[in-house]
Amino acid sequence: MHECPVCEAEVPISEDPVEGELLECEECGTELEILALGPITLGEAPDAEEDWGE
Amino acid sequence: MRVGFLHSLIRKDEKLLIAELRKRGDMELVFLDDRRLVFDLEGRPPVDVVLERSINHSRAMHALRLFEGVGTVCVNAYEVARRCGDKILTAASLRDHGVPQPEVRIAFTPESALAAIEELGYPAVLKPAVGSWGRLLSRVNDRDAAETILEHKAILGSYHHSIFFVQRYVEKGGRDIRSFVVGDECVAAIYRTSDHWITNTARGGRASNCPVTAELAEISLRAAEAMGGGVLAVDIFEAGGGFLVNEVNYTMEFRNSIDVTGVNIPERIVSYLRGVVR
Ligand SMILES: Nc1ncnc2c1ncn2[C@@H]1O[C@H](COP(=O)(O)OP(=O)(O)OP(=O)(O)O)[C@@H](O)[C@H]1O
Ligand SMILES: [Mg+2]
Ligand SMILES: [Zn+2]
Repeated sequence: MHECPVCEAEVPISEDPVEGELLECEECGTELEILALGPITLGEAPDAEEDWGE
Repeated sequence: MRVGFLHSLIRKDEKLLIAELRKRGDMELVFLDDRRLVFDLEGRPPVDVVLERSINHSRAMHALRLFEGVGTVCVNAYEVARRCGDKILTAASLRDHGVPQPEVRIAFTPESALAAIEELGYPAVLKPAVGSWGRLLSRVNDRDAAETILEHKAILGSYHHSIFFVQRYVEKGGRDIRSFVVGDECVAAIYRTSDHWITNTARGGRASNCPVTAELAEISLRAAEAMGGGVLAVDIFEAGGGFLVNEVNYTMEFRNSIDVTGVNIPERIVSYLRGVVR
């Protein structure tokens, strides 16, 4: 079970998680990042910067 | 073959590429998180090719330059990223190669930018030279709006908001085309349709399949070639007289385009890496 660090709701994780993966908490909408895999640690994802994009 | 995967945040697009890379028995995946890298101008990453998937343009561009400096092959190449990441360099490269684009003006002060907008006529589109996902784009409908936006930019914007990239507004029929080029092939294309004049899927535009006609493939490949080639997404307007290339994206997002086109775009990208290293 993995908790949203912001609202403590349960966040489902895919079967093949990778470090740096972006997730969204369905409960509070916060963008989360998988910071570590063993054990899985979630943190808030960084905010978009001006030069982000394609 | 060892594939260095240059990334920051890993989105659905990156996950699809990772899944594809892991399927290949002949490819070993090496994660290169741009937030952890330290370059010393000499050290070579232990990889045969770098696939750039960083969300951050400045980091991506500089990392590519540093990797290439020590002889590492990169997809896309540094020069390609540099040209695609800056709308002024894109416009100049398209012009150099005779690829049709919307009429454009570049100016460096609010006063000359206003003169440029007046010359193009209303509505005009004002864009940051560096930026994506349709952010901070303005459609300028009249002189009052032009003066207001230019004043806001002068007072509130960072320095690169004082470089003004102005395009003529193109009546594009409620949609634009995004085509996907991998090497010397235009592998797929989508229409992006929206009620809003900004049709990016990141801004709510709907994706649907666009047939890759000979004409569309030709302009897509010419645009890609003008930027230096590689794995590129070309944004195209259909205007009365034909196609106009709006811009070319070098870290292309394709997650909304696989199902609608039926083309496994990440598979095509990963296959392309083989040919680059050989
Ligand atoms: N000159 C124009 N005339 C009409 N519509 C335009 C014009 N320029 C941009 N648009 C609309 O705005 C969208 C975003 O523009 P543009 O691609 O230049 O910005 P961007 O922020 O670089 O987006 P991205 O990099 O995500 O493709 C286009 O897809 C198009 O729908
Ligand atoms: Mg675009
Ligand atoms: Zn939450």
